Amino acid sequence: MPSYVDPSKCDGCKGGDKTACMYICPNDLMVLNVEEMLAYNQEPDACWECYSCVKICPQGAVFVRGYDDFVPMGGQVHPMRSSDSIMWTVKFRNGQMKRFKFPIRTTAEGAANAYAGERGANLDDECLLLESDLPTPK
Amino acid sequence: MALPNKPKGELKAVVDPEVVEHDLDVLIIGGGMAACGTAFEIKKWAPEDLKIKLVDKANLERSGAVAQGLSAINTYIGENPIENYVKMVRNDLMGVVREDLIYDCGRHVDESVKLFEEWGLPIWKKDDQGENIDGAKPAPTLREGGTPVRTGKWQIMINGESYKPIVAEPAATALGADNIVERVFIVKLYLDKNKPNQVAGAAGFSTRENKVHIFRFKTALVACGGAVNIFRPRSVGEGKGRAWYPVWNAGSTYTMCAQVGATLTMMENRFTPARFKDGYGPVGAWFLLFKAKVSNGLGEFYAGSDEAKKELENFMPYGASPVTPTCLRNHLMIKELKAGRGPIYMATDVALNAFLDERREKGMDEKSLKKFWKHLESEAWEDFLDMSVGQAGLWAGMDIEPEKVGSEIMPTEPYMLGSHSGCCGIWTSGPDEDWVPDVQHESRAHKYKWGYNRMTTVDGLFTAGDGVGASGHKFSSGSHAEGRICAKQMVKYCRDNDFTPELALTNDQIVDEIYAPVRRYHEFVGQSTAEDVNPNYVKPSGLMMRLMKATDEYGGGVATYYMTSGKLLNICLDLLRMMREDAEKMAAGDLHELLRAWENYHRIWCVETHIRHIEFRKESRYPGFYYRSDYPTCDDENWKCFVNSTFDPATQEWTCEKVEVHNIIETEPWI
Repeated sequence: MPSYVDPSKCDGCKGGDKTACMYICPNDLMVLNVEEMLAYNQEPDACWECYSCVKICPQGAVFVRGYDDFVPMGGQVHPMRSSDSIMWTVKFRNGQMKRFKFPIRTTAEGAANAYAGERGANLDDECLLLESDLPTPK
Repeated sequence: MALPNKPKGELKAVVDPEVVEHDLDVLIIGGGMAACGTAFEIKKWAPEDLKIKLVDKANLERSGAVAQGLSAINTYIGENPIENYVKMVRNDLMGVVREDLIYDCGRHVDESVKLFEEWGLPIWKKDDQGENIDGAKPAPTLREGGTPVRTGKWQIMINGESYKPIVAEPAATALGADNIVERVFIVKLYLDKNKPNQVAGAAGFSTRENKVHIFRFKTALVACGGAVNIFRPRSVGEGKGRAWYPVWNAGSTYTMCAQVGATLTMMENRFTPARFKDGYGPVGAWFLLFKAKVSNGLGEFYAGSDEAKKELENFMPYGASPVTPTCLRNHLMIKELKAGRGPIYMATDVALNAFLDERREKGMDEKSLKKFWKHLESEAWEDFLDMSVGQAGLWAGMDIEPEKVGSEIMPTEPYMLGSHSGCCGIWTSGPDEDWVPDVQHESRAHKYKWGYNRMTTVDGLFTAGDGVGASGHKFSSGSHAEGRICAKQMVKYCRDNDFTPELALTNDQIVDEIYAPVRRYHEFVGQSTAEDVNPNYVKPSGLMMRLMKATDEYGGGVATYYMTSGKLLNICLDLLRMMREDAEKMAAGDLHELLRAWENYHRIWCVETHIRHIEFRKESRYPGFYYRSDYPTCDDENWKCFVNSTFDPATQEWTCEKVEVHNIIETEPWI
């Protein structure tokens, strides 16, 4: 189910040398063509359809079209991701629509407690941070 | 139209890249769950002046197997004895596992899960009425004694779309942005010039600019996942990308460590998951949360039949477990398919309607029933939308509503990994504690501990997650915990071992090897009017298809229903030898192609270890994952042992050997 870019929405992330989709794609698929200032998926048959590019695109320009070797045409799954939830719109081939909303995070972005400054106790035992009295097999 | 003889990608590769050097104490290679665990934990133990960097070929926020998200955490021990966790893993993996590593993972894993929740991961809970509530609703946390929604004994449900960004965030905060090198693909490790069997360096290249990065260090973690696209997938067109495991995992962990002499273990193990056909959506929640069953094409629920029970008796004690080992569940499914009784269906319709009928019988009114159904339907779709959106897309394209019709299940192509229901990987030391067997042997390849937990047989070289062999069923949480274990051990290693790492190769020699595909491309591209067709080189895409064809046909892929034999395996090894030679003739015109070239090189090596191990093990240890026609049974009398293999970087020779299994947890009763 490779991602594709709608040229009427993509702005090439306004002329930076890398786009949001390029920044995020775990498989190095999204690239920017600087002449056209448009992004595209350079290797559709290596796309895991992880939707990272779809979720991150500030213009909402990236979509997914089902793999052409097994998905009948006409369906579409598209997310809108906010800081605490994600809304999915599922459009069926027969036109039926379903919407689902799920929480994604209970803390503010950037607020995960990294326990900065916290130190482990004894480098020579097997306890990790916050652990003590490790069990052993009975 | 212009002649098709120009490099394709946007970022062209040049023959002379810039060199960037990094002198460190610790290098973390990888950006998935394990590497993030290490990055978070290591700063809790490291002295201020310890120089630590993390290098990742992707972006920490969406790197590794959890990039897309997950709908469940499969390892949370909670109220269960850790001993039972070890027993479950041992039985699922047909008896040949490292119980010390599994127990050790079990005693650290819950702390990782509690951290995830604190960091912001929504974990489903049970409310006062015993109903499921999503992870954002107010409820006591796990640390406060909240009750998670258990599906199986070990699994808990989450709202996991942002699982990876949440786990990456404190990892990145801990190390600091300056110490995270993204979009650099490490392809080689190097031993120290002076200290024998000591890792001291790594090198790779940027996929964004023409730069080769060379790292020198005292210790490194290699946690780059398992191996995907090593056997011909069932979808060979666009759908090739819809691999069950992340398509970017190229066996780099196993190949890079093996090449510097790290002993591998159980590389014959593979995972052939049975998943929703084509979309490869997860089945765990359907089996466990929704209690769905699978039927054959005749509508028979074959897994509970007398015939199936009788078949399982051929694989004792493993077949007797109330939870049939994953490979044997596949075995039963493959029997149906081979007998022409396919397709296999997950009866999603029966399962969902059973919930509604149950509520109706209890007298639930229609309005409440409607509300209940909305919630149930949402749970069913979330399972896919959190972690395998493509499956939702397939349902949408096929007009499938799971309450109305079942969906096909199919065993996929094989994968290599060490963290899921598979256990190939690297042989590592267990914890340095009394309960871990103290095996007296001159070779680390037979020992259970040598001072530093999760250190490979190479000094200073650590691994975690998919990297650690013979201890599967860690999943996301266990991989993170294992990364944290390595963090502390690497700090200890730096404290105990003071030396200045030095490489035997010069920078120029390193660049020559890493940029060889680019140089070959530029040397020969003019000799053909089509850049992909040239007698002097092979393109990565072509070589990958050649690898997948060979493994599929000779190594027990889907083409033969996972059947192979000594004869076929030796043909496969011959083909792989030539492929390994030809891999040196790969050509890359742009940086993306250079990435693919090196991934392929890693794939070929790691598959060769897989085939070597299957060939060495004269039995069929994992019926349902692979079969040897010449040794078709699971032979505990002769083969209830590890197979360990070591590549000697000095002589370039492989050795394969049997290694004894030691039980730590009681074997009576077995389960």
